[in-house]
Amino acid sequence: MGGFAPLDRPIDVELIDVTKVFDSGVVAVDRVTLQIQQGEFFSLLGPSGCGKTTTLRMIAGFEHPTAGEVRIEGRPMGHTPPFRRNVNTVFQNYALFPHMTVFENVAFGLRMKRVPRDEISRRVREALQLVRLSGFEERYPRQLSGGQQQRVALARALVNRPRVLLLDEPLGALDLKLRKEMQLELKHLQMTVGITFIYVTHDQEEALTMSDRIAVMNAGRVLQVGTPIEIYERPTSRFVADFIGETNFLSGRVDDVERDTATVLVAGNRPVRVRIDEPLSVGSEVTVAVRPEKVQIVPLEAPGADGLLRGRVEEVIYIGTDTFYVVRIDETTTVRVRSQNDRNRLDGGQLLPIGTAVALSWAPDAARVLLD
Amino acid sequence: MAIVERIRPSERSRSWRERLGDAIRQHEGLRALLLAGPGGLWLLLFFLLPTAIVFAYSFARRGPYGTVSWAFTLENYVRFFDWLYIRVFLVSVWLALLTTVICLLIGYPFAFVIARSPRRWRNALLVLVLIPFWTNFLVRTYAIMLLLRSDGLINNALQWLGLIDRPLTMLFTPFAVVLGLVYGYLPFMILPIYASIEKFDFTLVEAAQDLGADTWQVFWRVLLPLTLPGVLAGSILVFIPSVGAFVTPDLLGGGKVVMIANLINQQFLTVRHWPFGSAVSFVLMAIVLAATMLYFRIGETRRI
Amino acid sequence: MTATATTSLQAPRRKRRLSAGWALLWLNVLSTFVFLYAPIVVMSIFSFNASRQMQVWMGFTLDWYARMVHDERVRVAAENSLVIALVSTLVSTVIGTLTAMALERTRFRVKRLYEGAMYLPIIVPEIVMAIALLVFFNLSFSWLDRLFGLQLNFGLGTITIAHIAFSFPFVAVVVRARLADFDRTLEQAAQDLGANDWQTFRYVTLPLLMPGIIAGALLAFTLSIDDFVITFFNAGVGSTTLPLEIYGRVRRGITPDVNALSTVMLLASIVLVLGSLAFQRRRAT
Repeated sequence: MGGFAPLDRPIDVELIDVTKVFDSGVVAVDRVTLQIQQGEFFSLLGPSGCGKTTTLRMIAGFEHPTAGEVRIEGRPMGHTPPFRRNVNTVFQNYALFPHMTVFENVAFGLRMKRVPRDEISRRVREALQLVRLSGFEERYPRQLSGGQQQRVALARALVNRPRVLLLDEPLGALDLKLRKEMQLELKHLQMTVGITFIYVTHDQEEALTMSDRIAVMNAGRVLQVGTPIEIYERPTSRFVADFIGETNFLSGRVDDVERDTATVLVAGNRPVRVRIDEPLSVGSEVTVAVRPEKVQIVPLEAPGADGLLRGRVEEVIYIGTDTFYVVRIDETTTVRVRSQNDRNRLDGGQLLPIGTAVALSWAPDAARVLLD
Repeated sequence: MAIVERIRPSERSRSWRERLGDAIRQHEGLRALLLAGPGGLWLLLFFLLPTAIVFAYSFARRGPYGTVSWAFTLENYVRFFDWLYIRVFLVSVWLALLTTVICLLIGYPFAFVIARSPRRWRNALLVLVLIPFWTNFLVRTYAIMLLLRSDGLINNALQWLGLIDRPLTMLFTPFAVVLGLVYGYLPFMILPIYASIEKFDFTLVEAAQDLGADTWQVFWRVLLPLTLPGVLAGSILVFIPSVGAFVTPDLLGGGKVVMIANLINQQFLTVRHWPFGSAVSFVLMAIVLAATMLYFRIGETRRI
Repeated sequence: MTATATTSLQAPRRKRRLSAGWALLWLNVLSTFVFLYAPIVVMSIFSFNASRQMQVWMGFTLDWYARMVHDERVRVAAENSLVIALVSTLVSTVIGTLTAMALERTRFRVKRLYEGAMYLPIIVPEIVMAIALLVFFNLSFSWLDRLFGLQLNFGLGTITIAHIAFSFPFVAVVVRARLADFDRTLEQAAQDLGANDWQTFRYVTLPLLMPGIIAGALLAFTLSIDDFVITFFNAGVGSTTLPLEIYGRVRRGITPDVNALSTVMLLASIVLVLGSLAFQRRRAT
């Protein structure tokens, strides 16, 4: 699998073959094994219902694995209740106590541990300062905006100085602009406090922006673990390639293998060259995956036009910085191309009109071969 | 030693309170027992067991001096089919039905108006309905007695107006009993109907009108069917206490209007025929449970 | 464009014509309110009537109230009512809340049966429950006497036990409704922050459940202090409550002192209801 990050730091959280089957018989989490290092910003990414939240809840202690083991700081957790685990959670709906002020909310964890009064007030003030909410101590949660409530939830968790902070789609309820701001702020905060963050999200952009490493999940299983670049550039499965960013899939048959480069026949026996990591046998059925922005589009009548595939522009979608083209190769195959606007190009900065005959090409390194 | 500590840290130095907490958390059965136990015990001892004894008594014989002598007999139930008692039964059900219908006829339009009045007024209007309702039932019944007496306010007013020359006999009639029951249980009808009308989406009325329905058609075909759950709930809530009413027929019927509860009272406290009183109690219970079952049955079939 | 949008939005909000239909509907409301209030208002007014005969107004007096204040029987009845209501409210609130927790938060084998049985005291006619308890106490007292020589009798104890038996299911229903709306992530948040089960209950569940519990307690108190039928059948010597006292006097013949006593009880319940409404409103803001 894709976990290439060097294991140079101690492991904070470890999941070993963890499976969760609910009473209804639904297998929410299926033999998940993960190692999360100290100080890492680790994301669990996947569509809703993929088991990412259940995984997080098992680390927090709200659910217990049906099989397998969760270890925190090397210790097996078994049925250890949440209040005896050195982790804290930021809930999706924040779960702020409506009958307590901001101060009381943040102080709650310390009070439960019977921390001395003056230390509580000092640490609460520090925590509120950290999330830039000084002066809001006496407000009630309902008197705060969504973004402010979110920060109270963060402060309430961080004030306990947990070993690991668990975040369950904490930005899901915020509007887009605020979400973007909070993404950067969260990343910054994580680097400041140096606590391990385990972050659950279904938003691939959010995961790419903030994470050191990402685990992509689907149907209860972890499909790939890796850095954002690994996940994006070298997806190992069709699901990962499709879920993160956009990908064109061209099914074909391996025609020739020459050291680290394979020639695959796609879309009516057009040969395309793709770099491969693992040996492939000639004749096997594979899928070639190539991202729209890696594809070069050139009108056929342009001087020196050459390409791997030929087709006609079927749709032109202008989205400001870029233009999407849907290019029909044959009856069953279309390829989406994302091309940057506002550049001196063969077409003189103008969009290609619908119906233009074009040639498509990409570098061998830009495409991947997927076996599934 | 160190390894043991590392592997099983949660077993270290736990107080008995923590252990108890863990036991309660991990054993749902224990938790259920602690929570459901007191209520279950109280119910068993002071409701189910007494009811079971009454059930057993209803098959027993009356002994000398009003005691109960054990014997299995159906004579108490057979005795109920005497016209004397069947009449009591019929009067009770009839008066309760009448009360329910009157409450419905008054309560539905009343609830409708409150639900459609400006939001600021609604709570005030509801509180106004509830104030007499929260007043002691006996006090309210007594207040009605004052009005209905032959020298009461109504008779005085009618005589003063010259509409009648001799006082009308209103107290100790079925009329007085129904009036008292309506007075007592009207809010039980208004509140659930209000709740269902308040939830009703009035754009449906506009939709129906848009499709050509007139006011009556809107009422019969849209509003009433969709607020029927409230009507049913209100009806059962009025019917059940009415059919088993004791104070109202006792005070406003004055022995002239006898309902089932009065018969039970009589058998237990005056005649001291406890087995027959028990049998009558079970007949009353059967009526009430049948009404409740009917309510749930209708509720189930009507569920969309 | 904007102008048309505004007008089309305003169009449906046409003024409601006070049509004949609406006039009739409001007439119904008005006469219903007259019907609801006339008896108690008349009763209150006549409690200040100087005449012993009640058909005519003979001038204002507070005599009946003065007489009531000095009436030993009324004082004892009021004390009995309050003691019974307070004990019954306390016990049935605790038991009812536990029952609500059991029904909403746990699973056990006989739960459906338990739940069904819990609703029985609510739907079974008062008279049936009254005689069932009468029969039960009678039988158990004679057995206790025969087996242990224990002499027990009807009185405040039997009344209180009976009141708890019919009150706590009501409390359970009210608290359960509140519990069903409860956001359980709040409890998880508390546990996550290091609160154990007891602390979670004490600092999060209980405070948030309080409005429901208070509403349940108020209901239990009202049910107890108002109850006549069940009290009537399970009272003993010296355990007369206010409703029993009023009933006794009404049966003996209507006199203005009953008016005064009833008016005081009416006032007390109005204060109680309005007070609890104000309390709930204050908490809600």
